[in-house]
Amino acid sequence: MTFPLLTALGVLPLVGALLTFLVKGNPGKMLAFAFSLATLALGVWVFVQSGDLSETHQWIPAIGAWYALGLDGMGKVMVLLTVVLVPVVLLAEWHVGERQPGWSTRVFFALALLVEGLALFVFLATDVLLFYLFFEATLIPMYFLIGGWGGPRRGAAALKFLLYSLAGGLIMLFGVIGVGAHSAASADGPSFLIADLAKLDFSGGVGRWLFLAFFIAFAIKAPMFPVHTWLPDTAEQATPGSSTLLVGILDKIGTFGMIRLCLGIFPEASTWATPVILVLAVISVLYGALMAIGSKDLMRLIAFTSISHFGFMVLGIFAFTTQSLTGSIFYMLNHGFSTAALFLVIGFIVQRRGSARIEAFGGVQKVAPVAAGLFLVSGLSALALPGTSSFISEFMVMAGAWQRHPIITAVATLGTVLAALYIMLAYQRTMTGPLTEQVSEHFRDDLGWREKSVLAPLIALLLVFGFVPGPLMNVVENTAKDAMATLGMTDPAPAAVEGGK
Amino acid sequence: MNPDYYLVLSAILFSVGVLGFLLRRNAIVAFMSVELMLNASNLALVSFSKVHGNLDGQIASFFVMVVAAAEVVIGLAIIVTIFRTRRSTSVDNANLLKF
Amino acid sequence: MNLLETTAPIAASGLYSWAWLMIAIPAASAAFLLVGGKLTDAWAHLLGTAASIASFVIGLLLFVDLLGATEGSRAVSVPLWDLITTGDWTIQVGLLVDQLSILFVLLITGVGSLIHIYSIGYMAHDSRRREFFAYMNLFIAAMLILVLGDNYLTLFFGWEGVGLSSYLLIGFWYFKKSAAVAAKKAFVVNRIGDLGLLMAMFALLTQFGSTSFVVVNQNAASLSGSWATIIGLLLLLAACGKSAQVPLQSWLLDAMEGPTPVSALIHAATMVTAGVYLIIRSHLIYDQTPTAQLAVAVVGTVTLLFGAWIGTSKDDIKKVLAGSTMSQIGYMMLAAGLGPVGAAFAIFHLLTHGFFKANMCLGAGSVMHGMNDDVDMRHFGALRKAMPITFLTFAMGYLAIIGFPFTAGFYSKDHIIEAAFHESVVLGSLALIGAGVTAFYMTRLMMMTFFGDKRWLKGVHPHESPMSMTIPLIVLAVLSIIAGAAMNNWIGEWLAPATGAEVEQMSLLSITPIGIITMLTVAVGVFLGWWFFRGEVPSTVPANSNVFAIAGRNDLYGDAFNEAVFMRPGQHLVGGVSWSDDHLVDGGIVGGSTGMVSAAATVLRRLQNGYVRSYGLTMVAGALLVGALIILGRLA
Repeated sequence: MTFPLLTALGVLPLVGALLTFLVKGNPGKMLAFAFSLATLALGVWVFVQSGDLSETHQWIPAIGAWYALGLDGMGKVMVLLTVVLVPVVLLAEWHVGERQPGWSTRVFFALALLVEGLALFVFLATDVLLFYLFFEATLIPMYFLIGGWGGPRRGAAALKFLLYSLAGGLIMLFGVIGVGAHSAASADGPSFLIADLAKLDFSGGVGRWLFLAFFIAFAIKAPMFPVHTWLPDTAEQATPGSSTLLVGILDKIGTFGMIRLCLGIFPEASTWATPVILVLAVISVLYGALMAIGSKDLMRLIAFTSISHFGFMVLGIFAFTTQSLTGSIFYMLNHGFSTAALFLVIGFIVQRRGSARIEAFGGVQKVAPVAAGLFLVSGLSALALPGTSSFISEFMVMAGAWQRHPIITAVATLGTVLAALYIMLAYQRTMTGPLTEQVSEHFRDDLGWREKSVLAPLIALLLVFGFVPGPLMNVVENTAKDAMATLGMTDPAPAAVEGGK
Repeated sequence: MNPDYYLVLSAILFSVGVLGFLLRRNAIVAFMSVELMLNASNLALVSFSKVHGNLDGQIASFFVMVVAAAEVVIGLAIIVTIFRTRRSTSVDNANLLKF
Repeated sequence: MNLLETTAPIAASGLYSWAWLMIAIPAASAAFLLVGGKLTDAWAHLLGTAASIASFVIGLLLFVDLLGATEGSRAVSVPLWDLITTGDWTIQVGLLVDQLSILFVLLITGVGSLIHIYSIGYMAHDSRRREFFAYMNLFIAAMLILVLGDNYLTLFFGWEGVGLSSYLLIGFWYFKKSAAVAAKKAFVVNRIGDLGLLMAMFALLTQFGSTSFVVVNQNAASLSGSWATIIGLLLLLAACGKSAQVPLQSWLLDAMEGPTPVSALIHAATMVTAGVYLIIRSHLIYDQTPTAQLAVAVVGTVTLLFGAWIGTSKDDIKKVLAGSTMSQIGYMMLAAGLGPVGAAFAIFHLLTHGFFKANMCLGAGSVMHGMNDDVDMRHFGALRKAMPITFLTFAMGYLAIIGFPFTAGFYSKDHIIEAAFHESVVLGSLALIGAGVTAFYMTRLMMMTFFGDKRWLKGVHPHESPMSMTIPLIVLAVLSIIAGAAMNNWIGEWLAPATGAEVEQMSLLSITPIGIITMLTVAVGVFLGWWFFRGEVPSTVPANSNVFAIAGRNDLYGDAFNEAVFMRPGQHLVGGVSWSDDHLVDGGIVGGSTGMVSAAATVLRRLQNGYVRSYGLTMVAGALLVGALIILGRLA
């Protein structure tokens, strides 16, 4: 038997979390950080592996549940995203517990490691039941991360997050039981393995209901209009680090699940639901952008930009072309990095000012040019400026989607103008203009070395993948091609090339 | 001997226990009433064992005894702690845990 | 049969395979200066200028090489790496050095280097000079990507890159609210134009599965008419945004908030002409669609009048020049819209305009430098003696722009007017009127600035600018005079393969009837300008202005229009969406269900009264109920 690399990858941060709970004080923090770095190293090692790493063991034979882990291109980039973001978040929140009485920084670190381990298992699971268990399990540490540190109404925000997620999870449980029952009735006997379920015929009414159960859960997670309202409230109250983990990693489970489970198991229902989903996606794009323009709080603003970006991802997924799907998966990674950079840099700025309200700022660039500059770079990546990796993915999503749905895509393209507006408006109001007294009073220093080293890797990644996305794209493309094969679709051929392709 | 008598006795004991638990304010007495109910069910279980001619009921009663013993340990500890803080063992006085 | 189809670009070798250095050097310099921070403050301007000159030298070497090459091998493609390979698409990052792009390279790096040198003096007292040079280098790199990219996506990288550097430089003095707002406005309005380019690329990918110029050009003929029109109009939208053409013109006047070298380089000589480049690059698509072609010409004509009108009534010297820039780019768009006959003229005018407009913008900067950064021409006057070099160089630019015989503008603009007359009398006459108005407002500018009486504010002591500023002025002034004659006979032939234009012999001295009419119109304009502004100029804006002047001062109500049609409804939309998010989505649909749950909980929590015995009673009652149900179930 070969070494269970994937299990090790998931277990390592969980062990780290456990040890961090046990070790008191500063050594605990260092230990947690060391574990996150070790996970990063292991994650990158896994990422560069080319062989088949999957592990499959029987778990509960009676219902066909398997302990099955596996890794495809999409899983790989999600693993990469997770292992990169966690150490960055830990470094960014190095003093989170000292800002207010309550829980210590060490507990935050332990919980963050828990989130990391559980999220990794979600991305690795190739068994629906296992996926579901870890999907729900991530809520527990995340609930405490939101409720433990942050703004004054964080308790309410954590509860709102939990209720929404639990409601989604409940609906998904219905779907999980449904597919299990359906497989139990099949000739091959019960199995929750995605590969086995994909062979079953889910077309028709039952399959559509089950598809909806999964889709609603993922739409809440992602989040899409109209079940998005928990995200802004949460982001407003939670610490930037928690928001990063939430939006950067956990929300990706939504779009990840759509490709892995919705398209993978229910190809017929996916095409059936496409018109409605595309419209919802475009509404998300525009609605999120408009809300971002209207928001008066920087953290809420980022949350709304994410809703807009998730709209793009869903658009790419349900446009069903190789390019749009590849773009969507790539978008998940880029959005993780760019939102993380935006959340964290704004977190540093907000922490100095003591308020996230836009009107509380003005002329920050004068006192903190580095912070303002990094805000601008992160913002440009959020508005998908060419040269940042977000552009590549947004371009591929829209260009791919245009092949099938030019009009819907044209409407979604308006989102790019709105994106320029929400970033530039916020930047102009907070960072430029004459230096206001309230800002000069609160800003004693620019970003320190720790804060710079938090942002540097993220921005470096965004730029590198912005110019050379090829290597990652090749990793991701296989998943897109598999999905296309499952759907039984091919890309539309160019219309005006003689002979076609 | 007819096992029905044992069942009737068990029922009577159980009813005594229920009434004691519902009517008495003293925590110790209420607690003893709970024990009485447990023992009444033990008696019933053993009787059933006799009726059915297998050992299932007797084994179940062992489980009940173990649980009851554990319960006594925790329950008495709680009652003693309550008595120490409130100088009273009335179950109606310890009513802070509410909406 | 088109020329470009027969001459596919040849593969790069030798010097050409290093063409990317032209972009890499300023890009690396920009990155170095930004990351290096204060350590590089002392010599940042030197590094920045050196980087720009290095690019120019490489460009010049390539140009000389192309000059020596045979006609068939004057388009060289330099593939760099694969950007996107997925499905059937392969989108490369690659450069295309051909007759068209090399001219742009020389303009950008040449004028760019001069402006870098000028900025050393102009920005000497700014504590953030290092940042300024970093952004200027970033601009040079981005602009070179724009013109050298061998496909629309690579071009788009540069397209957005110049947008970003323009944003950074307009807002360079970010602590002024007006600058910050102008920068944001420029970015957002440009972004609207970018929408056009993005969608055009999507459409190209749908039609051809590629964004490469070569593939698009080879297959352009098989494009269906409606798609050609759609793509043409989308590209026009993009060009309007970048080149400040009506209806996306409003940002350019505000963009004058940036430091003057920026206005000269980005908002006069190079970036704003990118739209013309885009249209000429896509000329094979426009050849398929007369509708879109006409739209280009109409947009150009409207803008050339629009800009000239604004130029007549502004008192801010930079805004007059900005209006003039819009107007001149309007001429180029008009020429580009005339199809193959006009394309070479558009580029010709673009180059000469790059020289004389940069010259005048820098001259205006020199004036401002001497006048304590005042831009109001009503406070100028009689500066020709105080600033002789600035005056003389500016005068050469003036002669060039009004099309004084044998200066640069005379050749390039008259060709456009003539071609417009050949195409349609309406377009031609409008272009002719534009030339007259141009002469009028430029004369006005000259009169108010350099002639007449001193109207200087107290404490202002105009002085000539330092050498680093006057030398670039002199170089550009010389170019403004000779560039037209130098390129007149050569450029049409040179550009023919890239623009698909028929080669037409243009004589240096022969003057057509239309040329004579043009000269007369210009003379009338000059005379009127002199007549009206020969005497006293009030130092405040006169109250009893005519309607035309008031409209011009308000930018022909472009901002008011945008505000009423887009901004206000947009704000209401945002407000409405915010309200509905709080009250309908969160409060109504989702909030309603949570409200019901919490109302039920308020009632039911009363059961939790804290009395152990009541819990016990409930339990017993429950047990009895269950028992009763079981027994009843058995009986039934």
